[in-house]
Amino acid sequence: MSQYDLPQLQGIVAELLDEAKKQGASQAEADVHAQQGLDVTVRLGETETIEHTNDHGLGVTVYFGHRKGSANTTDLRPAAIRETVAAACRIARHTEEDPAAGLADAERMAREVPDLDLDHPWAIDAEEAAAIARECEDAARSFDPRIDNSEGASVHTQNSLFVYGNMHGFVGGYPATRHSLSCAILASEGDEMQRDYWYSSSRLPGELESPVAVGQEAARRTVARLGSRKLATTQCPVIFKADVATTLLRALFGAIRGPALYRRASFLLDSLGEPVFPDWVNICENPLKPRGLASAPFDNEGVATRANGIIESGVLRTYLLDSYSARKLGMQTTGHAGGVRNVRIDNTGETMEQLTDRMQSGLIVTELMGQGSNLVTGDYSRGAAGFWVEDGRIAYPISEITVAGNLRDMFDGLLAVGGDNDIPGSIDTGSWLIESMTVAGQ
Amino acid sequence: MSNALELARATLLDGPGLDEHSLSRVVDRILSRQVDAADIYFQYSRLESWVLEDGIVREGNHSIEQGAGLRAVSGEKTGFAYTDDLVLPQLLEAAESARAIAHAGSSGSQAIHARTDTPRLYAPLNPLESLGEQEKLDLMRRLDAEARAADPRVQQVIVSLVAAHDTVLVIDNEGRLAGDVRPLVRLNVNVIVEQDGRREQGNAGGGARRALDFFLEEDRATGYAREAVRQALVNLEAVPAPAGMLPVVLGPGWPGVLLHEAVGHGLEGDFNRKGTSAFSGRIGEQVASPLCTVVDDGSLPDRRGSLNIDDEGTPTQQTVLIEKGILKGYMQDRMNARLMGMQPTGNGRRESYAHLPMPRMTNTYMLAGEHDPGEIIASVDRGLYAVNFGGGQVDITSGKFVFSASEAYLIENGKVTAPVKGATLIGSGPEAMTRISMVGNDLQLDSGIGTCGKEGQSVPVGVGQPTLKIDEMTIGGTAA
Repeated sequence: MSQYDLPQLQGIVAELLDEAKKQGASQAEADVHAQQGLDVTVRLGETETIEHTNDHGLGVTVYFGHRKGSANTTDLRPAAIRETVAAACRIARHTEEDPAAGLADAERMAREVPDLDLDHPWAIDAEEAAAIARECEDAARSFDPRIDNSEGASVHTQNSLFVYGNMHGFVGGYPATRHSLSCAILASEGDEMQRDYWYSSSRLPGELESPVAVGQEAARRTVARLGSRKLATTQCPVIFKADVATTLLRALFGAIRGPALYRRASFLLDSLGEPVFPDWVNICENPLKPRGLASAPFDNEGVATRANGIIESGVLRTYLLDSYSARKLGMQTTGHAGGVRNVRIDNTGETMEQLTDRMQSGLIVTELMGQGSNLVTGDYSRGAAGFWVEDGRIAYPISEITVAGNLRDMFDGLLAVGGDNDIPGSIDTGSWLIESMTVAGQ
Repeated sequence: MSNALELARATLLDGPGLDEHSLSRVVDRILSRQVDAADIYFQYSRLESWVLEDGIVREGNHSIEQGAGLRAVSGEKTGFAYTDDLVLPQLLEAAESARAIAHAGSSGSQAIHARTDTPRLYAPLNPLESLGEQEKLDLMRRLDAEARAADPRVQQVIVSLVAAHDTVLVIDNEGRLAGDVRPLVRLNVNVIVEQDGRREQGNAGGGARRALDFFLEEDRATGYAREAVRQALVNLEAVPAPAGMLPVVLGPGWPGVLLHEAVGHGLEGDFNRKGTSAFSGRIGEQVASPLCTVVDDGSLPDRRGSLNIDDEGTPTQQTVLIEKGILKGYMQDRMNARLMGMQPTGNGRRESYAHLPMPRMTNTYMLAGEHDPGEIIASVDRGLYAVNFGGGQVDITSGKFVFSASEAYLIENGKVTAPVKGATLIGSGPEAMTRISMVGNDLQLDSGIGTCGKEGQSVPVGVGQPTLKIDEMTIGGTAA
């Protein structure tokens, strides 16, 4: 299907670097990717869309001393290589001397590129994909009589090739696949209409959840929303269900990223070595996890990735730095160009029932809306939906409320992380029980 | 007059060595099956961006995207494939993939003819070359200096400048050929201020379908720098926002993101055809207070959300969505209009050739009412006055929507008093719209900063509104 293979992409990277040298760059780095895929959606039993995806791209960054320029294009032909390098060089003639600019240091380059077992193509055609999507949607539609409409079920598969190289002589690349199955379904009762979805995602087609399981979970989540009420404004404990608790970890990572720190735009400035969570909390990262959805043998600058303790016994142990932000901060890159990869927070083992029992009365958040998380101040205010808990049990669904607080207090007030981490994705967490937040309703 | 279609033809057909004959062959390849509609969307776009940080222009990027997306529609089914290689064999192969959705048979093919109904709302210019590189960089440096000079508490200034030059050509199954050259510029200033260990940020900017000299007119660019500093300093003084239901007065312009979320998405044709929107089947019903008339208008000259033609070649227009509170119509692309027996409204948009078009907003705003803005504020005993917002989001099925205030004040006894910290506001679209009890006479459109996301696709949009009062909305603060 693809007209490119790994050696060809390596060749393009080599040409880009050669061309950059020819055009006078003192340093350069380049990357190339090629992706093919298939997306099939079935709605109300009928095939709705068949999309064949086919993307290519190359990018190059050149340095003239400490001046930087970059360019990219979707065109991989030889003429485009020359023109793209020239465009990057033109940019670099105008940017200013920046002592922090440059490749990551040569001694930090990955020495080897371990095979992380990320490449598992799915030999599937549009008809077969439609059959799987139909099975998934059928399971959702037959789950409950109140399910009366659908946004459809989709099967997606993608094969990609990626190569990165720089003038230190580093060149690395690998194929990777990603497959997913998702379903979005509607239910109604009286005047109320609700929608929810579920999905499964994996490097291996065989490790996707079954179509029936995905469809039923989408339907279960949708039906559970019916009969939702508003809540009176109150202060109460809050459980963030596992799949929304991932957003709290993302807020943590956003605040300890290099650019947030050197811009002094983070509520966790100068927190390295300081407690950020209660002392039982451990958060670690493993970029080298075989078949992991966010696995990568080297970061976006060729720096070797490795397992990291991010939070140990509640204390912040590392920032997330690339070479640029590290130089700005007078530190070393931590191999985080491109972000964190495969994160896990240790759980305290409770089931959801044990968490609600411990909470007695409070809110379970199952959906968050909007962008109200301010990483400069830590102020947090987001739209939410979920369930009210009374006497340790789920009493009724809630919608049209907000949850608010400050991320520092929320991290500090983390009481438990459930053992219910069954969510697909690159962040592995159970549900979070937080001591107290402001819930605004009617 | 330089003609956008001729420019698009030169870039997208002559450049790669294609002609009308080869176009016909590709269209005919799709039409050799039973299809109701088909189109090919050619695109070549160039984008240049610069970032100033810590007082220096530290990076710049130049980007080129090109390709063609081919689509076959049969009933409610769509087949889609694209290629970034604009040569006949690749186009024919993509045509084969796209048409596979449809049954055997054939559809009548039509001779290619240029659309003659294309308006000209902006000049077909290349904004990347509209200023010299030194002038672009000097402009950014001036903003850095302006922001730092505005107040000693300014610690960090980040200025970004983006210019995009997008050329598109679309041919459909009826042989209609339309082209557009779409300039788009955007300038943004972000500042961090610090006082006694407390840090806050401010953000301001603007944009248009213009050359870069847009920012040099009327002191616009330096105005963004001063505005970003002003907002950040206001936030240094902010106290916790209230929690609970209160009257809310929204300022004019960008707070129109309310309309985008509360009613805009819910009135897009695809959701209504499928019956998944809280507004489905409600044309002719009262869905907002009688003070509200809301339109979507892609035909405003030079606006960020405007287009001469949408991404299916349909000329844009003003579409009345809600008139005096009554739901009048939906925003449509060709497919959803055909399936619903309605007319396309020029709202068929796509992020790029590699994405399928769907009904999307352009510039969505509420028409002015009769009240003086001061009168509206004076009518509130205790409430919130929100003048700047971050993004928003909506669940079109339940109608629940949020938008997050980034600059807001308490109203106490009819007067604007203390600034409050950013807070998310949540409501139900149909309910919030019926609670609009006063509409100001001060309609403003936003400064050209909006980007809308739907199903993973981003497109530039505009919003606007006059000052308005919502009798009750839930405010997600932390203060009792």
